[in-house]
Amino acid sequence: MKYFTRKRIRRIYEWRGEPVNFNRKLKTYEYSSLAISLEDLPRTTIINTGQHIFIEGEDEDNPYVAKVVKLFGDESGEQKKAVVQWFCRVSEVPQSKLKLLGREPHPQEIFYYQARSCDEEVDAESILRPVQVKHLDGATPFPDSSDKETLYVKLSWNTKTFRVVNSALVEGFLSPPCPKPSLPPSPPCLPVAVTPASRGPARRALPTPDLAVMLRAASGEVRYSRATMSAGKASAMEVESLHSVTKLSASKCLSAKRRNASAGTPGVRKKLELNSSERNSLTNDDILNELLDEELELAQRLSSSPPQTLPLAHSLTPLRKAHRPPDIGLKTSTIVLKKLSIAEMESPPSRDESCSPQQGGELPSGSVKTPKRRNGTPRRSYTPRGQKATTPSRKKEPKTLKEPGLGVLAEVDNENSPMLPDAVTPRTSKRKSAQLVSSRIRKQLNLLDNHQDLNSDSENEDEFIPSKKELQSSSEDEGGDEVFDSDEEVVAKKGRHAGSRTPRSKQKSRSSTRTPRKTPNKKMAPGTPRTPRHATPSIPSRSLPARQPANVLEEARTRLHVSSVPESLPCREQEFQDIYSFVESKVIDGTGGCMYISGVPGTGKTATVHEVMRCLEHAAEMDEIPPFHFIEINGMKMTDPHQAYVQILQKLTGQKATADHAAALLEKRFSNPAPRKDTTVLLVDELDLLWTRKQNVMYNLFDWPTRRHARLVVLTIANTMDLPERIMINRVASRLGLTRMSFQPYTFKQLQQIIMSRLNKVKAFEEDALQLASRKVAALSGDARRCLDICRRATEICEHSAADPSATGLVGMSHVMEALNEMFSSAYITAIKCASVQEQLFLRAVIAEFRRLGLEEATFQQVFVQHQALCRVEGLQPISVSEGLSVCQRLGSCRLLLLEPSRLGILQRVRLNVSQDDVLYALKAD
Amino acid sequence: MMSKRKVKDAHLPVGECFTELQRILRERLCHQQLPDKPVGLEAQHKNLLELLKRTAVHGESNSVLIVGPRGAGKTMLLKCVLRDLLEEKEVHKNLLQVHLNGLLQTDDRIALKEITRQLHLENVVGDKVFGSFAENLAFLLEALKKGDRSSSLPVLFILDEFDLFAHHKNQTLLYNLLDVSQSAQSPIAVVGITCRLDVLELLEKRVKSRFSHRQIHLLSSLAFEEYVERVRTQLSLPDDFPDGKFAEDWNDSIKTLCEDKSVEDVLQRHFNSSKDFRSMQMLLMLCLSRVSVAKPAIKPADLLEASRLCFADAKANMLHGLSILELCLIIAMKHLNDVYEGEPFNLQMVHNEFKKFLQRKSNSMYKFEQPVIMKAFEHLQQLELIRPADSSAAKTQREYQLMRLMVDNSQIMEAMQKYPQCPTDVKQWAMSAFG
Repeated sequence: MKYFTRKRIRRIYEWRGEPVNFNRKLKTYEYSSLAISLEDLPRTTIINTGQHIFIEGEDEDNPYVAKVVKLFGDESGEQKKAVVQWFCRVSEVPQSKLKLLGREPHPQEIFYYQARSCDEEVDAESILRPVQVKHLDGATPFPDSSDKETLYVKLSWNTKTFRVVNSALVEGFLSPPCPKPSLPPSPPCLPVAVTPASRGPARRALPTPDLAVMLRAASGEVRYSRATMSAGKASAMEVESLHSVTKLSASKCLSAKRRNASAGTPGVRKKLELNSSERNSLTNDDILNELLDEELELAQRLSSSPPQTLPLAHSLTPLRKAHRPPDIGLKTSTIVLKKLSIAEMESPPSRDESCSPQQGGELPSGSVKTPKRRNGTPRRSYTPRGQKATTPSRKKEPKTLKEPGLGVLAEVDNENSPMLPDAVTPRTSKRKSAQLVSSRIRKQLNLLDNHQDLNSDSENEDEFIPSKKELQSSSEDEGGDEVFDSDEEVVAKKGRHAGSRTPRSKQKSRSSTRTPRKTPNKKMAPGTPRTPRHATPSIPSRSLPARQPANVLEEARTRLHVSSVPESLPCREQEFQDIYSFVESKVIDGTGGCMYISGVPGTGKTATVHEVMRCLEHAAEMDEIPPFHFIEINGMKMTDPHQAYVQILQKLTGQKATADHAAALLEKRFSNPAPRKDTTVLLVDELDLLWTRKQNVMYNLFDWPTRRHARLVVLTIANTMDLPERIMINRVASRLGLTRMSFQPYTFKQLQQIIMSRLNKVKAFEEDALQLASRKVAALSGDARRCLDICRRATEICEHSAADPSATGLVGMSHVMEALNEMFSSAYITAIKCASVQEQLFLRAVIAEFRRLGLEEATFQQVFVQHQALCRVEGLQPISVSEGLSVCQRLGSCRLLLLEPSRLGILQRVRLNVSQDDVLYALKAD
Repeated sequence: MMSKRKVKDAHLPVGECFTELQRILRERLCHQQLPDKPVGLEAQHKNLLELLKRTAVHGESNSVLIVGPRGAGKTMLLKCVLRDLLEEKEVHKNLLQVHLNGLLQTDDRIALKEITRQLHLENVVGDKVFGSFAENLAFLLEALKKGDRSSSLPVLFILDEFDLFAHHKNQTLLYNLLDVSQSAQSPIAVVGITCRLDVLELLEKRVKSRFSHRQIHLLSSLAFEEYVERVRTQLSLPDDFPDGKFAEDWNDSIKTLCEDKSVEDVLQRHFNSSKDFRSMQMLLMLCLSRVSVAKPAIKPADLLEASRLCFADAKANMLHGLSILELCLIIAMKHLNDVYEGEPFNLQMVHNEFKKFLQRKSNSMYKFEQPVIMKAFEHLQQLELIRPADSSAAKTQREYQLMRLMVDNSQIMEAMQKYPQCPTDVKQWAMSAFG
């Protein structure tokens, strides 16, 4: 609800000033600032590069935090993009990893994000407002300020470890003093350039008009590999795919616009980039060093130029736009540049501080100033890339500002400048400084938590090696770099994984489900109390611990319980393999797909899928495959097919929504190029219950995987093999596809093997007994549950039958036989034998009447005549009609007879529910 | 005998003895007081007790059905088992119970609320359960899922009239309960009580597969001697009765009663009709209610009278209360039935038949106006002695609406015998083969 109302206030995003740069290849203009205004309000918020901002995410109350690195858009102005450096909130760090902090995280603490798993290019329209971010030294305590709008950075987070972050990275950046919102908007004819003018476009500006490459550049991939060369080298496939991605995202943006803010662009999505691995290899130290170098240079340059207020500075880049006054450009340019460069020092992605405007234009040479710097740049540049996908934090913090805070604007900047001197440490050699910093980090971490130091040490080492290597090979050899990349990707993945993915999803679901609170229910009378908000679903725990199995039979019984699933399911190797490779390939490719699994109950469908997921999760943990989410819904565990949406959404994000709303949110999630997209593996059990008349639930479930950005693998399970043909309309069945698998009922050998593997050398059964049980079940249904239950029951019978409870023998044939009889023999015969005399007579009367009529049905009145006659034959006193009726009803309640409703009285029709032969047999044996 | 007891009774005044006697026996017969041991069900008792004990003590999930005809002692067995179970120290306070009844919880929504309420989950405020159906289900499943075998409290779900739960939409509740019982979640035991022998056929395949297929059948092959013995124990006073002498005399009188030939015949007839305990208790209750200071023992005649009451035909009794005209109409219908072999009739036909009787044979009956006949006819319909042949006939005029007679000929004859001051010509008309 809130979500929509807020979105309804439409924000207008406009570039401020002229483009500072044009990239001919990509046809993008780079801007220095962005103005955000609300439709009805006069105030505007200005976002400049280098500022910290809130970015709309999945959780409205805890938007993502990031720093603007670059702002650019296309010619038409339709698309506005920003390159950002992410920060992550406490709530986005997996719970398990928070322990590494060794202290309570401050609620306003954020971490400089240094992993490469997400895209730093975001839609500018997802920017909410600026925010103030302060860097604190490791030792300084968090200020007690009640200012909820200030966030603090102490450490960086790379999904594996926390590290001390240098203030330079965070805020050492002198952002150009930006116009306060109170300033009158500058007249359109004289655009005010508020931006770092010379931001690295030189390289990008190279004249290859390959869109795909451009895109890559834009997304920060190619940006660092210099110029055209790299673009050319990029494998055709990659280019291709990227190309389409761009197109798609572009179109998406357009459509989003069209849809008008009501639907809104989905919160910014941080995109996982599988192939850009090198990024995480960079350690802070390297980055730091690079930055320090540059700072020094800048400092020198700065000293020479008098400070100037930004509003006056026009962008100096010689741009082709005609309406620009060319004369002003040159003069101011230098100044702007310098400001900018300082400002940018802490923002790693823009490695072009060094480029003076002169160079900046279109000169290819401009991009690289010194060989040394060059080496540095690539590394620096990718830090921001590694942004980790962040979970929207669910914590509801009291939010002071509902609307994008327009006023909060530029205070951030002021705080930043004092930090600068810190950053300027004399630097000896890269290696040395690296060691220095790492040792410092170690010290810090030791302070934080003694336990942690081993861990961090080793990890530091891990990461240093690659960076060192890279230093050596960095220069021009792209190929080398790339080889390297793959190397590092492994490390990165490991880190990331351990950091979060799968485990986090688990944790998330847990925490989210913890509060199944009421969704606002319109039907409910106002004023009725709601479910307590934080009601925890839980069964109280027992006061005495459960007793453990004491003897062999009890042990066997525990093992034979259906719930104790063994580590590996015997006899389903082939199916396991098929499902495993299906899901694995989809996860690795990052694509989606559907699979339909059928089989009668108790053939291990769900268990096999669960085992596959366990193995895959393990593989993901070991970094053999990319991480993924696994969620599971069951058609039987919901009250209505449309609840499927609600459950999926809740398990994915923890949000609660009504079915319609959830469907809309999921639709958006799966169709938009999304954030931190891990593959989602969705298991839909008991698929047939999701059937609706329009079949829209099933349609959506099978349609989402076909979307380009969904990365959704849907595994569906149902009992019947021909379900798709039987109940699905064509468009649904077609989307389900033909990846089908059917689980055959177990044969007796397999059942035997299953029991053996469960028993796992606990000697409780005789060979023959097992064989009897499995043969019997295989002949009837092939249901493994049945077989296990029989064996379990047999152990009980064995235990009870033994005279001396301590010395029970093995479970033998007789015990299994007895169990089988209990479970499979029909009770009808016994029931007839045990019936009272009149009941038996009545049954005979029924048969007699049937024979007389030649039909299998008679009214009570007709049967009763026979009954009276039989009574006389047997020498019994004839019974009254009501007594006869009650006899009849009793037989009917046992379902020996099938009766019409009893209010029909003597007119009700009577049928036998057992065969006549059975009745006669039972009565004769009497 | 009576006087002898009065003389020797030194302990308690006779009046108090009888009050005490009535209290004890009524508790047994009406309040379904549990016996110390379920007679004749020892094996089932042991089986169920062991099963539930394993759930309570070992945390092993189980599901079981108790199947038996009405009045076979299913609930009594379960209650006995629970009583014995809770006496054990290890179990006491280590078991949660949820009692559901298919007649009360007629759909899953209500059942879920009831479960949540009885488990005192945290979405219960006071005595009310909040949240929608879907939320309640999710909440409950989540709660059960969080538990594990060794640490969470075992929950015992008792589903009375289990077969009715199988008629709930999709069998959602059963599926989920049985699924929990077959997976590593909170330990639960699902005990279903039903009288339907075919209950498993009601379960959906996937629900059935999750059921452990343990069934405890209560099909007693009770012999007549045991039946009589049970009557005796039901009526006997316990040893710890305050007045020992009085108890002894009473028990002796019961013993002699049970040995009486006519009593045996009555009991045999009841036993032939049904082995159900409840009908026996009903019979004994009728006898017991006549016992007082003035009538200090149950006589065979009392039992005969009680038996006569129990076996009295309900419809025949109703016929006693009819007016002569209504009775005549019934007789006319009977003749129509005989002639047309049970084909439905309407008011006009009945009226014609009645008029024929008046013309030919009657000398004591007057001719009735059509509206009076109509009124009598409607009254018969209200008493459900006749009912419309098909419900769709509501449109047709009442005179022509087809009806069927709900009374058997034997019932009419029985009623005619006992009808006070029935005119002879009417009686003869009823007896005659054709109208």
